[in-house]
Amino acid sequence: MSQNQEPTTIVKNAATRMSEVVLGEEMLINMGPQHPSTHGVLNKVLKTDGEIISEVFPQVGYLHRGLEKIAEKLNYHQFMPYTDRIDYLASMNCNMAYAMAVEKLASIEVPKRAEYIRVVMAEFNRIATHLVFMGTMGLETGAWTPIVYGFREREEILDLFEMTCGQRLTYNYMRIGGVSDDLPSGFVDKARRFCDMLEQKWVEYNNLLSYNQIFIMRMAKVGVLPVDLAIDYGVTGPVLRGSGVKWDLRKNEPYSVYPELEFDIPIGTGELGQVGDAWDRYMVRMREIKQSIRIIRQALDKMPSGEVRAKVGRIFKPAAGEVYSRAENPRGELGFYVVSDGSANPYRLKIRTASFNNLSAVPPISKGMMISDFVMTLGSFDIVLPEVDR
Amino acid sequence: MLKEYIDAIKSFAEQYLPVINVPVELWYIVWLFIFGGIVLGGMMMFGGLGAYMERRVAGFLQSRLGPNRVGPQGLLQFMADGIKLVLKEDLIPAAADKILFRLAPYVLFIGTLGVFAALPFSKYVGITNLNLGLLYILAISSLVVIGIIMAGWSSGNKWSLLGAMRSVAQIISYEIPIGICFLTIIMMAGTMNMNTITDLQSGSVINWYIFRYPPITLILFLIYFIASMAEVNRTPFDIPEAESEIVGGYHTEYSGMRFAFFYMGEYGNMFAVCAIASILFLGGWQSPLPFFILNELFGDYAVLTAIEGFGWFLSKAMFLVFMMMWLRWTLPRYRVDQLMSLCWKVLLPFSLACMLIIGFWMLK
Repeated sequence: MSQNQEPTTIVKNAATRMSEVVLGEEMLINMGPQHPSTHGVLNKVLKTDGEIISEVFPQVGYLHRGLEKIAEKLNYHQFMPYTDRIDYLASMNCNMAYAMAVEKLASIEVPKRAEYIRVVMAEFNRIATHLVFMGTMGLETGAWTPIVYGFREREEILDLFEMTCGQRLTYNYMRIGGVSDDLPSGFVDKARRFCDMLEQKWVEYNNLLSYNQIFIMRMAKVGVLPVDLAIDYGVTGPVLRGSGVKWDLRKNEPYSVYPELEFDIPIGTGELGQVGDAWDRYMVRMREIKQSIRIIRQALDKMPSGEVRAKVGRIFKPAAGEVYSRAENPRGELGFYVVSDGSANPYRLKIRTASFNNLSAVPPISKGMMISDFVMTLGSFDIVLPEVDR
Repeated sequence: MLKEYIDAIKSFAEQYLPVINVPVELWYIVWLFIFGGIVLGGMMMFGGLGAYMERRVAGFLQSRLGPNRVGPQGLLQFMADGIKLVLKEDLIPAAADKILFRLAPYVLFIGTLGVFAALPFSKYVGITNLNLGLLYILAISSLVVIGIIMAGWSSGNKWSLLGAMRSVAQIISYEIPIGICFLTIIMMAGTMNMNTITDLQSGSVINWYIFRYPPITLILFLIYFIASMAEVNRTPFDIPEAESEIVGGYHTEYSGMRFAFFYMGEYGNMFAVCAIASILFLGGWQSPLPFFILNELFGDYAVLTAIEGFGWFLSKAMFLVFMMMWLRWTLPRYRVDQLMSLCWKVLLPFSLACMLIIGFWMLK
């Protein structure tokens, strides 16, 4: 069965398959939408022979909210809160990607200080979401403690965000032309202290989980994603880097103030198994936490004073035209394709999310896997369902 | 031991209940019921208190508090949980095989409870004194597997079935290293009687079987501990109920009191294997000192010995239970095939080698 068939066809085919399944040795299992390891509401129809999976059909759409259509009915500012809900674990990054797209469309100059604040926030959010990933990856393997540790440190980041914009999950902090408010007093000190603290905790995570022998046995050589397959399926972000491709939009297509900051791009090297296995993807994210700390420290040092928001009208009408702008989100490339017809609302807004493309690469590599390995593979792709369905 | 009971009961009856002139055998049956009730109640208590302890230990390991609201330090949490479970609706899925579905929790529970019949809890304290105690334990604890596969099959749920299949494969494989550990102990003690095995370890800590042939017996103890952890489905071997993979495993479809029975069975089983480990390797109710403290302080009364022995037995077993909880909240879990290869390629050869070495050592 090919990838681009419609869900209804898949269901129909699944039903016709039932007959052969009943007659043969294979079993059809619905994994999800209510299943502990679906990370939301995703239905995977598994065709298995005992524990061995022969085919996987992911069925998406449970969380479809029609965000793209909603955008057409709202003006550019009004759509900002909706971008929080694209990837609820990395709202800042989604805010930033959307703001960048509109600024590019309307040619709005963003003040330097605002750019730095945006980068600090985006990187903090990257750390927060990677901490959640570390915890959930632990849960997939049956270790219950890492998630508590991950959430404990994420809490501090949320405190920082709450200090800044009053929200803890859906921030709606960035504005077209800057950010809503300047950093509160005491933010910089607290952020620095957090960075120092997290560096110590990072070692603890690795001792507890990353280099745990059982964890390595479960992750290494599991769910290997070959480079060519990854590129064919448009996989981006840590998943692509886990396969050994040095592709990071912050370096390859620099935006905001990233060119002024020094950082490395960790990639999977297959040090404990094969290049592109689940452990590589996991470790890329863990190492990105360290790089994000580096970026935050530099950005806090270099941050100039000044305005945090350019003068943008409440209702503004960009000239007719179209623009595609993308940013490196924790889960990969988040792209906004915005078409303006000269009115106050976008004529069309297309959101390209990383999770959707990344998820599409799961079925081809999960043939012949055990159910346990499939859980690890899906977990290491770190998809977020609202981002898949929008 | 049996005779001691009967004599004690007889004298008690003659002294206080002279009106009832009934055969001694009936008194023995009454005694069994009383003690059986105590053990059943104790085990159910442990099911609740074990769950409380587990949550509390987990809380402290994870830098949080755990349940601390109901009763002092949350000690009565299990009552609240129990009441909640009793009041739940009695659900049976439409696709379930109703008779087997109803029967399964009890089969599993009986398998667990049966083990307690042969355990010497302290000096003079125990339900029976079986000569084939170890063999009986090995046999009756296999009933748990039947309960699990009944539950998994009758639920009419594919995840349950997968869990049951995993569980059966796991428990049956891990019974082999456990059996070999038992065999080695039987070889060392020359008996299968749990009381005699405990008596042979009297004296002080150096007489415990764990230190009898160092370090071989220590390795044997570790093998038994690991294998028993797999036997009772604890992390890192909790594959049959791996939540992230197969939802709840064999008890996915269970709720209310039936679920509570699975739960109590699980904790009872955990306590049982730890108790067996402490009897076989750590001297059971024997004091680690050359004497019993209470006897030394207050004189040579059998009651005091029994009380202190029970304390030692409980603390040894609970320490092992705590170890299991500690491991559970730290480690990830194995995959099915890795679990099997650990059993067949590591534990089995090592336990066989231990048995062989101890055999030669004893010949010397």
